[in-house]
Amino acid sequence: MTESIVVHNVTKDFTLQYQRGLKQMAVARARGLTIKENFKAINDVSFTVEQGESIGLMGLNGSGKSTLLKLINGVMQPDAGTIRTRGRIAGLIATGAGFHPQLSGRDNLFLNGAILGMSEKEIKSKFDSIVDFAEIGNFLDTPVSHYSSGMYARLGFAIAIHVDADIFLADEVLAVGDRPFKKKCVTKMQEIRQAGTTIFYVSHATASVRAMCDRVLVLESGHLNFDGDVEEGIRYLQYDDDADDIAKKGTTDEELGADI
Amino acid sequence: MSKAADRARPDDVDERGRRRNAAKRARALMEKKANAMPVVEAPDGPRQVRVVEAELVDPAPHGGIAEVFQQRYLLKLIVQRQLAQMYAASVLGLLWSYIQPAMRFGVYFFVFGVVLKSHGGNTPNFALHLFAGMVFVHYFSETWSSGTRSVRQNRALLLKMRMPREIFPVASMVTAMYHTGPQILILLVICLIVGWGVSFTSIAAGLLGLAILLTFAMAMALFFSALNVYYKDFQNIVATFTQFLHFMVPMMYPYSTIARLQDNHPWIYQLYMANPLAESVLLMQRFFWYPTVTDTTKAPLSDHFPPDLWERGLIMLAITSLMLFGAQKFFSRLEPKFPERL
Repeated sequence: MTESIVVHNVTKDFTLQYQRGLKQMAVARARGLTIKENFKAINDVSFTVEQGESIGLMGLNGSGKSTLLKLINGVMQPDAGTIRTRGRIAGLIATGAGFHPQLSGRDNLFLNGAILGMSEKEIKSKFDSIVDFAEIGNFLDTPVSHYSSGMYARLGFAIAIHVDADIFLADEVLAVGDRPFKKKCVTKMQEIRQAGTTIFYVSHATASVRAMCDRVLVLESGHLNFDGDVEEGIRYLQYDDDADDIAKKGTTDEELGADI
Repeated sequence: MSKAADRARPDDVDERGRRRNAAKRARALMEKKANAMPVVEAPDGPRQVRVVEAELVDPAPHGGIAEVFQQRYLLKLIVQRQLAQMYAASVLGLLWSYIQPAMRFGVYFFVFGVVLKSHGGNTPNFALHLFAGMVFVHYFSETWSSGTRSVRQNRALLLKMRMPREIFPVASMVTAMYHTGPQILILLVICLIVGWGVSFTSIAAGLLGLAILLTFAMAMALFFSALNVYYKDFQNIVATFTQFLHFMVPMMYPYSTIARLQDNHPWIYQLYMANPLAESVLLMQRFFWYPTVTDTTKAPLSDHFPPDLWERGLIMLAITSLMLFGAQKFFSRLEPKFPERL
């Protein structure tokens, strides 16, 4: 087995800047307010992933999951520690980001493919298959600004999944799109998993993680607090579950409705 | 915990309550998503082993400008994207890049050539003298100002996947070439009509001028694009400076006007000549304009070019190359913070 991703004591700081502009900064200083503050989005995280492993990355919102993915795909760089990856990385960190609204779906397809590291020849050979998968049909030459959000997401996912990558990152990409399309995506991800691609799957969907992943990592406010078996990881996530909550289930669901 | 203790430490309770609520919400969300997300079981059969030939490497880009030229296909697409963006919803499209310089040329020619007669009567083919300068000043200011904005403008791409971020200023430079190329062609055609010839000296001047121009423009675009990520003010500062550039090079007036400053204000002369763009324009005129001058008694070489043109040119190239090197270093230093600044 070869190592696919090696993360060693990685820390990522973010600076929260409260005051912007000369005037605001001067006023803040005079009043003795804080101008900026650091916080650690990722705090001393280490783990190793073997090629072909499928990892479920879980945690509450704001626990650093997306930051970790951005560090792995090289968009961000750690402030301390090292990250090493082997082979080509593809995936979607934000659905359809980088699409240019004025360009047609076709042009965006080529641009996005190139960004994900495909050569012109590669994109051309996979073109039909991508268009097929995205189900955008005769909207191909329409500017993407006219696309529905579902079409946008479909095209983005279709391009990413067709990159012949060694590591595939998926960050809640599948949240958009309707159920049949989601199903298609998950099936496709199972296929690339079967083919030996390393998968990093960020999801809150326990059932889906159970079916897709071999191992679960749980992040809690930047700390990697769990690394291991899928079932245990899912159980770990529900650490402070108590009878109280189950009794009040009705209200929680209502709360949730307001949240979404 | 008893109620009394609860009241005694309200902060603690608040914290715990919030934590519990957050957990509760997340759990409910998870349940909902668990149902929303279709489950597909892994297909049967043994998992394949994928052999990856590559080495373990740092995923972040470190190649600098050199890496940009390894990814020419991506560069080409980004240039196309920039062009498309510029001319979206415009009828005349690319023509705008020629109309504007043409009109500016007309105005300058009228004001400086006809009204003010700043050429002092000893500059034959003054229109060419002016145009040869304007083309390259235009190229420089476009590279500089659009290069400065480039990284910020392409934030969506930059945040999506890793790529050498220098690709955006470089793309601005290539886009500017698209706009300048036809102008150079027009310049050449006019030169040929008027009567033009090349010699080794003039070709050497042209190449040296071009080298200074390219390295200087790239250095400035790279440096300011990084600064502009931190403070957007820089794109306005650059826009202001580019307004003056036309007046800071010897094209609306001959070099002799500037040379005369040497007597009373030697340091102003030195300052003026320290501008790599002025040196580059002089060398370009040596290539395009000077060979079209037939009556060299009316326009002696010493009136239009400094005596130390070549020494200055070579030193300037060394300086601009150093600037490019420094700009790349600066860019690489600020680059890791780009994603969170955008």
